[in-house]
Amino acid sequence: MGKLFSKENGEVFKSPLNLNNPIAVQVLGICSALAVTSQLKPAIVMGLSVTVITAFSNVIISLIRKTIPNRIRIIVQLVVVAALVTIVSNILKAYVYDVSVQLSVYVGLIITNCILMGRLEAFAMMNGPWESFLDGIANGLGYAIILVIVGFVRELLGFGSIFGFQIIPDSWLLDNGGGYLHNGMMTMPAMALILLACVIWAHRAYNKDKIQ
Amino acid sequence: MGKLNTNGNAYTIIYASIMVIIVAFLLAFVAQVLGPTQKANEDNDKKSQILAALGIEKGSDYDVEGKYNEMVKADPIYGKTVAEKQDNGGFAVANKDMSESNRPFYVAEVDGQTKYVVPMTGAGLWGGIWGYVALDDDCETVYGTYFSHESETAGLGARITEKWFQDSFKGKKVHAGGASDVALSVVKKGKEGKISPDNYVNGITGATLTSNGVDEMIKKGLGMYADILDNLKK
Repeated sequence: MGKLFSKENGEVFKSPLNLNNPIAVQVLGICSALAVTSQLKPAIVMGLSVTVITAFSNVIISLIRKTIPNRIRIIVQLVVVAALVTIVSNILKAYVYDVSVQLSVYVGLIITNCILMGRLEAFAMMNGPWESFLDGIANGLGYAIILVIVGFVRELLGFGSIFGFQIIPDSWLLDNGGGYLHNGMMTMPAMALILLACVIWAHRAYNKDKIQ
Repeated sequence: MGKLNTNGNAYTIIYASIMVIIVAFLLAFVAQVLGPTQKANEDNDKKSQILAALGIEKGSDYDVEGKYNEMVKADPIYGKTVAEKQDNGGFAVANKDMSESNRPFYVAEVDGQTKYVVPMTGAGLWGGIWGYVALDDDCETVYGTYFSHESETAGLGARITEKWFQDSFKGKKVHAGGASDVALSVVKKGKEGKISPDNYVNGITGATLTSNGVDEMIKKGLGMYADILDNLKK
């Protein structure tokens, strides 16, 4: 067991969460991060879906990496990812229908998420299944953290709620005689881009010396 | 076995073929296993939308199936004429299969009063929109509505799913005076013109194109069922 949780593996797991975060540092997977973060719940489900898919596609590719013909390796990776995405999308439709309606096309678009192909090509093709699994989980979680942060701010300011629970009391609203108005901009993808930039800015300012 | 030549043509082709076959079987299996649950979810969602038009708020926790069976008494399908009628099965008609010769219709009962629910589809700004309009048994007064959309702008066009907008239709009249054209409209604030307040609701600020889409959908949708409604009118 010592080898499973060695220092190197710990590094494999930790770095995508912070110093090598796929969104904040590598700026990958932005498209879906903008689209599904208007509320917290879809953001979390999307984050988990990507985590599961990255982890398992990493493991599968890592297991068969020595048999994959070099010339069609990208196609093989794509087929594995596409199969997993289809399975996850089917499971979502069967067990969390509301969320799958909200995520609509974006689950399918996980296939084109650059994080996935990036990890497969850069990590799983060269490392063992266990390391690849850790790498997949960590990259997925690194992605999910950013989605949750952006989703939290957007839902709070855009809808006045968290997880659909009203946080800002109705009596504050302009319509009811208060002085508060939900920021409709927050519900648009453009605002997610600005928020995301703020997250990246904060992250880089804090880790100034550590990121190459 | 020695070192496999993974770069040969034959190997590559066989590898690709086997991979595709395995994946195809796997996906077919998953689709088979989960299919019935997914279908049940979709049906449930559709039922809760029809119930929403009848005033049962969507999203609240209740037994959709039971409530639907209790309230919706019949779901006939009408053909091109009122006479061509199948007594039930309207629920199974998907929105995309609705046409002038294939018109599903719902007869419901709320507190002992008959209500008719007309399904309709149309186009919003970015994608499809659809809805259900419930009418009183005079086939004239709107009892309730439900609208939804594929991909309207969140916070603007997507607000057609909000209760205040749907509720603003309550009590409005479908026709103006004795005219046979559908008069019920969605109009921009300040552009009401000569339309009687009984016949319009205000559109959504910042979402004029989606509002226009709802307006067209209602006119087309109710227009398509005019003969059936005429026939049922009390």
